[in-house]
Amino acid sequence: MSTLERKKDPFIRISKRSEGMSAGKAWGIRVIGLILALIVSAIVIFVIVRMNPMDVYASMWKGAFGTTKRSWITVRDTMTLLCIACALAPAFAMRFWNIGAEGQVLVGGIVTAACMIYFPEMPTALLFLVMIVSSLAAGAIWGLIPGFFKAKWGTNETLFTLMMNYIAIQLTAFFVSLWENRPNSRKVGIINQNSKEGWLPNMFSEGYNNDFGWNVLIVLVIATVVFFYLRETKQGYEISVVGDSENTARYAGIRVSRVYVRTMAISGAICGFAGFLAVSGSSHTISTSTSGGQGFTAIIIAWLSRMNTYIMLVFTLLIVFLDKGATQIASEFNLNEYCSEIITGIILFFVLGAEFFVDYRVKFRGSK
Amino acid sequence: MKKFLATLLALVMVLSLVACGGGGDDTKTPDSSTPSTGDTSTPSTGDTTTPDANPAADVKVGVILIGDENEGYSYAHIAGIRGAQQNLGLSDDQIIWYYTIPEDETAYDKCVDLADQGCDVIFTNSYGHQSFAQQAAAEYPDVTFVAMTGDTALASGLPNFKNAFTEIYEARYVSGVVAGMKVKELVEAGSLKDSNFDANGNVKLGYVGAFPFAEVVSGYTAFYLGAKSVYDKVVMDVRFTNSWFDVTGESEAAKALMAGGCVIIGQHADSTGSPTAVQAAYEAGDTVFCVGYNIDMLAAAPDAALTSPTNDWSVYYTYAIETIINGGEIMTNWAEGYDQGAVAITALGPQAAPGTAEAVAAAEAALSDGSLHVFETSKFTVGGQEVTSFLARDTDGDWVNDTDEAVFDGYLHESYFQAAPCFSLEIDGITKLN
Repeated sequence: MSTLERKKDPFIRISKRSEGMSAGKAWGIRVIGLILALIVSAIVIFVIVRMNPMDVYASMWKGAFGTTKRSWITVRDTMTLLCIACALAPAFAMRFWNIGAEGQVLVGGIVTAACMIYFPEMPTALLFLVMIVSSLAAGAIWGLIPGFFKAKWGTNETLFTLMMNYIAIQLTAFFVSLWENRPNSRKVGIINQNSKEGWLPNMFSEGYNNDFGWNVLIVLVIATVVFFYLRETKQGYEISVVGDSENTARYAGIRVSRVYVRTMAISGAICGFAGFLAVSGSSHTISTSTSGGQGFTAIIIAWLSRMNTYIMLVFTLLIVFLDKGATQIASEFNLNEYCSEIITGIILFFVLGAEFFVDYRVKFRGSK
Repeated sequence: MKKFLATLLALVMVLSLVACGGGGDDTKTPDSSTPSTGDTSTPSTGDTTTPDANPAADVKVGVILIGDENEGYSYAHIAGIRGAQQNLGLSDDQIIWYYTIPEDETAYDKCVDLADQGCDVIFTNSYGHQSFAQQAAAEYPDVTFVAMTGDTALASGLPNFKNAFTEIYEARYVSGVVAGMKVKELVEAGSLKDSNFDANGNVKLGYVGAFPFAEVVSGYTAFYLGAKSVYDKVVMDVRFTNSWFDVTGESEAAKALMAGGCVIIGQHADSTGSPTAVQAAYEAGDTVFCVGYNIDMLAAAPDAALTSPTNDWSVYYTYAIETIINGGEIMTNWAEGYDQGAVAITALGPQAAPGTAEAVAAAEAALSDGSLHVFETSKFTVGGQEVTSFLARDTDGDWVNDTDEAVFDGYLHESYFQAAPCFSLEIDGITKLN
């Protein structure tokens, strides 16, 4: 009836795709988004800095994969970021806004560094066991606190986890000044520089820092476990029910508060483990920049991938690639770093935009 | 779908147009193109046309800087490297720059990356980069790494890991002479207030220091001794900001020192915060002056600035890169001052006392020919006693010096056993306020 009263249809109508989209079509949209992003960035590059965009793209590629070493560093950073994104997946699947990954990574990093500093004489295998267990525990505690408060008193988890980040940052600053390498320098420097105790070794050769095979193996295992945990297990099912509707979950006999606490402990523990990877597996130092905003970047990745840990790998790689590429352009063409940030921004805009078209149908007036 | 493909095709065509346009009319492209394009002007190791007669054409230099040209300390290093580039005739693509690299694991990644790109020598310019550069040096034994202002090269035992520092304390001593001349003039003219003197009738100087490290202590002690060499009755108050670059903090520290009666404010911190505060006080009618650091402060304090001690890093960078080109080994600890022209003071301000230029020239000449030493043990006391022993170097990593006796021949040998300053004594007449 109402349609009769209206003179015209609206110019654009946006509706959610209720039936979903075939995977092939969805990826088609994403690829188109990426191509559009490259075209728009190319125009921007040409208009602003008068350079051949192809050179700039080639330079970005070189920055990320130009040499074996660079490829490994790109892979290493991808793995740390992917680990954090995987950690967020269970919490987000439960619609629990854990934006405290930053802090959970830091506390994991602090205890890992503490183990490296205080127990360098421990047998290597035991030291690694202690580092891993304590970083998991530290992260779990950091995640469990907001989970518990939410379950018990219904506190707002967004604010709570955010504020836990600040506590973790201050804690890190405290320990950095406790362990500082030179009095008053407020820098820890490289831990166990000579003995290399507690450094995650190479997988394919002797020594350290040549390949990061263990990082890859461990994180891929985590990604697989999280994937199946969310899809195939009873607890994963509980998480998705709680995420859809707390009341439904309660009606179905799920103990919601227990799910909150348990899931946040898991989420925090994996974040803490990412802190272990960052300290023992890549930087061998600790500072407030150990997490370096990755806890927030991981949120975008987790959402873009809809908690699918394998798709996360693709987006993580894209983001790390953009980051490495941006640094390379800045160095190679003597461009201000803001220029490369513009390119990164454009690409992210289109990638996020593509997700909109995957989710929603846009109809123009007159079309069917 | 068909429509969509058509649009896509159109967009791809636009892209190719843009790409071609970029290549066609941009004359700058050849300069900035990557070495892999086969451009004959870029030196590549496998290129047989590269003449062996000029080994400078093959050298590749990597630079890791804590800041960029907007920050005085890094600016001085950039100027130094550009100077070396000019002296040695290096082309732009022989130097790879990384700006604004923090003092964390990023520095290691960049060191490794530069080594991987085939750099023969890699410089890092901030103290906090040191342990990361050392790590990279251990992993790339064929590449020389220099941690500027660092102090662990000798102890590390790595043959390809080096430290360098200028003997800036010499220039600080000379800037102290400038300050002493001014104090003498002010006292003789009777233009100081009672608050400018302490209970014993000594004129108060002030100093804004960054960190309570030896390099800062060495610097302000040299400044104080320089002033004292001209006008004996001086004391000095020091305030630390705990940051190398903090405009507000340095300004606040200078204001606090002036409020305490300090007449001339020196600094070892990288911003113009202190000179700006002193200039404002000067314009408000106070009798206050300042001595800056790194750069000429006359832009920030046209009336109040007397001079600034400054480094000419090009002396070192030229030496280091030239040594690498000639296939030699850089000194593990390089520290030079006036005799090599590695330090200087900037132009004297309009308010400098008459006769200052002559006094400066005399001090500079004496420092150059070695007839004057900044830390002569007869010129200062610690707890009322003359210093007879001071160890210059730490070998076991606990930051307590345990080796190399620096006091002999009547003076404490600064930057003698290692490049980084070691003087950390709290001498009489200088008070740390925080």
